[in-house]
Amino acid sequence: MADVNTGGGGGGGKHQKKRAKKLSTRIDMTPMVDLGFLLLTFFMLTTTFSQPKVIELTPPIKSNDKTKVDTTTLTLLLGKSDTVYYYNGLLKANHDSNNIMATDFSDEGLRKIVLGQNQYVMNSIKDIQAQHNANKMPDSTYARLLDKAEGNKNARFVIIKTDSTTKYINVVMALDEMNICNIGKYSLIDASEDDIKMIADYKLTHKK
Amino acid sequence: MPKIKLPRNSPSIDMTPMVDLAFLLVTFFMLTTKFRPEEPVKVVIPFSVTTTKIPDNVMTLSIDSAGRVFFDMDGKDTRPQVLNAVMSKYKQPITTLDQSRFAVMGTFGVPVTQVRAYIEADDAQRKIMSSTSAGIPMDTLKNDELLDWVSAGVQYGIADWNEKKVANPNAKPPKYAIKADGRAKYTIVKKVIDICQKAGIQHFDLITSLKAMPKS
Repeated sequence: MADVNTGGGGGGGKHQKKRAKKLSTRIDMTPMVDLGFLLLTFFMLTTTFSQPKVIELTPPIKSNDKTKVDTTTLTLLLGKSDTVYYYNGLLKANHDSNNIMATDFSDEGLRKIVLGQNQYVMNSIKDIQAQHNANKMPDSTYARLLDKAEGNKNARFVIIKTDSTTKYINVVMALDEMNICNIGKYSLIDASEDDIKMIADYKLTHKK
Repeated sequence: MPKIKLPRNSPSIDMTPMVDLAFLLVTFFMLTTKFRPEEPVKVVIPFSVTTTKIPDNVMTLSIDSAGRVFFDMDGKDTRPQVLNAVMSKYKQPITTLDQSRFAVMGTFGVPVTQVRAYIEADDAQRKIMSSTSAGIPMDTLKNDELLDWVSAGVQYGIADWNEKKVANPNAKPPKYAIKADGRAKYTIVKKVIDICQKAGIQHFDLITSLKAMPKS
């Protein structure tokens, strides 16, 4: 198959006209095809299509507690090993370990609590989402209305507090939960000493 | 009984369409593949439901599970400038060859005193150096090397963008990403964020991989 085509033409007697050798116009493409498939296999195996995604984060230069309203605030304390402690409102002087509750990052845990607290926004965006899903609203309008609903003054404000034992993955999970539950206003701050003490007390009283 | 004669077909089939398709795929994969240098640090990034893609022209600070910090930034033109700025601040000698090698190097995480040796090392040596180093030092009391790298990166990244904007109004502004391991302590990540804020960065992208949005 891959041998050189020498042809049988030409030759003959002395007085015959010299003729150009008739060569076949077909060339053997097998090696090229082999190489093609080799390259195809290589690129298919080395290509990664899933580009990493990013969570956008704009931390404040300086957090000011004054703008936070106690009644619309939910405070999360990220503890060790996937546990979330939470209480309603801001930290108050009379808070003790009876004021906090514990949950985890599962669908039935933190998400249920945050979604339940965020009913006001969830109800107001239901309509917007329905219109958007029915292709009756351009994306830009949808994003603007969503922002407006999430920025409403009755919307929940979530404070995520971290201490020295918090793992980064838990912070990302909490931020992700904010995205899922349409919480537009949240902040990431350090847990105060009172918070840490409350968690320690809670752990003592709820030991199994 | 008469014999049934089967029509004689040639056993060779025309493979042209298949070959065409194969080469089409080869072209597609060749054009879409983006090669990147090997990462010296293993980072297991957490999952999230966000669908925002990682931006182009990005400075990436990687943090591994032990809390070591590694630096990387896009831009073949700006990287040598950044290297120059930092090395001259710490009075480390550097050659033009080092600069051009640094331009295409990828992520690194060694103290300034070892940077030159790291640039001149081969892949195997780099791997050893990366695994034994403690990342880029970020001691706020002594010399904060990470702050210097980030500051220089911000400075030259923005200067480069301003220059490119003249010719191309759609030039991408520099972005800043943090690629941290899920097991890393958040205090380390926070420290890195603080340092970046000191260098004038206000907006961060936390790199995650995609997971499905839960049905509600």
